[in-house]
Amino acid sequence: MRLTRTLDDQMIALWKQGRGVGGTFNQRGHEAISVGTGAALAPDDVATPLHRDLGCYLIRGMTPRRIVANQLGRAAGVTGGRDANLHGCGDLTLGIVGFISHIPQSVSTALGVAMSFAYRNEPRVAMTYIGDGGTTAGLFHEVLNMAAVHRAPLVVVVENNQYAYSTPLHQQMAGQNIAPRSEALGVPAEVVDGNDVDAVHTAAAAAVERVRSGGGPRLLEARTMRMLGHAIHDGAEYVPSGLLEKWKKRDPVVLYERKLLDEGIVDQAYLDESARRCREITEDAVAFAESSEWPDPAAVEEGVFAP
Amino acid sequence: MKRSPAGTGENFGFSDAPSATATAAGGGSEAVMTYLEAISDALRTEMRRDPDVLVMGEDIAGSFGGAFKVTKGFEEEFGARRVINTPMCEQGFVGAANGMALMGLRPVVEMQFADFISTGFDAIVQYAAPNHYRWGAPVPWVIRAPSDGGIRSGPFHSQNPEAWFVHTPGLKVVAPSTPADAKGLLISAIRDDNPVIYFEAKPLYRSIRGEVPSGEHTTPIGKASIVREGTELTVVTYGSIVHQSLAAADRLAGEVSVEIVDLRTLKPLDTGTVLASVRKTGRAVVVHAANRLAGVGAEIAALLAEEAFEYLDAPVARLGGLDTPVPFSPPLEDAYRPDQAKITEAIRRTARF
Repeated sequence: MRLTRTLDDQMIALWKQGRGVGGTFNQRGHEAISVGTGAALAPDDVATPLHRDLGCYLIRGMTPRRIVANQLGRAAGVTGGRDANLHGCGDLTLGIVGFISHIPQSVSTALGVAMSFAYRNEPRVAMTYIGDGGTTAGLFHEVLNMAAVHRAPLVVVVENNQYAYSTPLHQQMAGQNIAPRSEALGVPAEVVDGNDVDAVHTAAAAAVERVRSGGGPRLLEARTMRMLGHAIHDGAEYVPSGLLEKWKKRDPVVLYERKLLDEGIVDQAYLDESARRCREITEDAVAFAESSEWPDPAAVEEGVFAP
Repeated sequence: MKRSPAGTGENFGFSDAPSATATAAGGGSEAVMTYLEAISDALRTEMRRDPDVLVMGEDIAGSFGGAFKVTKGFEEEFGARRVINTPMCEQGFVGAANGMALMGLRPVVEMQFADFISTGFDAIVQYAAPNHYRWGAPVPWVIRAPSDGGIRSGPFHSQNPEAWFVHTPGLKVVAPSTPADAKGLLISAIRDDNPVIYFEAKPLYRSIRGEVPSGEHTTPIGKASIVREGTELTVVTYGSIVHQSLAAADRLAGEVSVEIVDLRTLKPLDTGTVLASVRKTGRAVVVHAANRLAGVGAEIAALLAEEAFEYLDAPVARLGGLDTPVPFSPPLEDAYRPDQAKITEAIRRTARF
C-alpha cells in the first residue's frame, strides 16, 4: 500500500512538473482495495485490474519501471507506447489482463477467463474490477447473469467510490449499494469497508476460496471515496469539501500503518525504512523511464495482427 | 457447383428440411454439400481435431441446433461443455469469448443474425480488435455472422455490415461464396490467431451445392479467387453476389468476355489479384450486396484509381445496396439490391464506354 501511494504521489508530482505524457489517473482512496483483493489471489489466478488498481499490478509482479515507462510512453513500457498510463497494461505471464476504457468490458473478459478455467477443469479463479459507474451499464448485468448461469469461477470487485467522473452515486442509481443487484442476478455479494485493508483482504480471500471450491461467482462491494479527481486534469471541485474531509480521516494507508503500530506488529523505524525504500524504488523507476528510449515510429504499423 | 434457378422458390435456409444426403466421392476425398453443410462440416472437423475449439451462441445447443441448424447434433457429439447456449446478450458472450481466447481457447461464436452483431460491438471493435497491438496478446476467436438478404426478412434480418469491421484495425474479415470455401475459410479462421469475422451468406445456405474436400481442408485467408476467366472486363465481388455475377457473365457470353474475382477475404484484401486482373482487362465493375456508400467496393475503386489508373479504359462502376435500411416487401427489396439484371446492365455500360 505504501508503494502504491508513493508511486501515485510521484506520478502526480511528475505531471504537475510538466514531465508527464498525456494524462494519468490517481489511486488515492483505492489502495486498500487493490492491495487487499490482489493479495487474495494465487499466482495461477488471473486478474483484470483497472486504472485505480495499481496495487494489484504491483502485487502480481509488474515492476514500477515498466509501469512508469508505460505512463511516459516509452518503448520499455508494458505496451511499448501503444496505450496510455495503466490502460492495456496486460501481461499474461503475470496473470494480468489489460483493460480498455469501455469499463464493463473487463468484467465480461474476466467471465470468459473464468469459463476457460471451468472448461479445462482447472482450480483457478478470475478476479475482475469495476467502479460504481461501470455497474450502471447493461453489460455488468449481462455478465453477472451469465456468470451465475454458468457458475463461473469469477470474483467481481466493485469499487464503489461514490463518483463516476463528476456524477455522484445518487444520480447514477436508486439506492447506495450494488450488492443487492448482484444478489438479484444470482451472484452472492458482500459489502466491505474499502478503506480497511484487512477487512478487504479477509472478505476477498473468503470469496476466492468459495469460488475456487466450485461455489459459483461472488461479488465484493468495497465502499470508499475517490480522494482526487477522475484523472490528473480534474480538480474535482464538484465534490463537497466536507465529504473529502470526512474521508480523509479514514485514509487507508494511514489507517493501516497506525493499526500495525497500535498492535505492535511493526515499529516506527520499520515504517520509516519501508517509506524510504518505496521512495527509492519509485525514483529508480522514474529515472529508468525518463532515460529510456521512445518507441520507433518506423514500427508504428507492427503488431496489428498476431503473426 | 450447381446453383438453384435464380429468382424465387428457394427455401433460403430458414427451414431445416433435410437436403439430399452428402455423398462421398472419389474414395471419400470429396463430398457434395450445401453451403450450410460445409459450415457444419468445418466446425465438426475442427472440434474433433482440437479440444480447445468450442461453439457458443443463442439457441445453438441441444436438439434445436441453432436458428439455421448449423450445430444440429453437436451437443450430442461434443457435450454441453463445448456447445454453449448463451443468454440473449451478445456483448456479454462476445466479451466472454475475448477472455476465453486470451486463455488459449478457440471459441466460435454464432451470431444468430449478422444484424445483431451491433449488440456486441464494443467487445469486437474496442476490446478484441486492438488487443494484440496494445499489449501483444492474441484473441483467436471466430464470429460466424449469417448475413445478406434477398430473402424477404426486413431491416433486421438482412444486413451486410462487413464494412464496419473492415474499417477496424486488428480484425480479419472473410466472406465465402462456395461450399468449398465456406469450409476452407472457416477452418482457416479457427486456426488463425486473430479475431476473424466470418460472414456467411444466408441466401446460399441451401440454394447452392458443391464439391467439398473431406477432412482438414483450408482456404487461405487473404487470397482472392478468379472464379471465371475473361479478357475484357473484371467484376470484383464476394458472397452471394458472386453467383449473380456469374449468371450475368454467362448471359453476356459472346458479347463481353468477363473475368470474375471472388475476393473471399475482405481483410486483409488481396490487392495483387484485383490489380492484376484489372490491369489485364482494363475495365472494372465492383459489386456487393452491402450498401454502396463507403462500402468495401469504395475501397476497391479507390485502389484501382490509385494503382491501375493508367490501365483503365472506362470509369470503375460500383453497384451495391441503396443508402437505405433493407426494406422488407419484395418490390422494395428488389429495388434495393443489386441483382443479375443490374449487374448485366453495369457490365454493358462499362464495356461500351
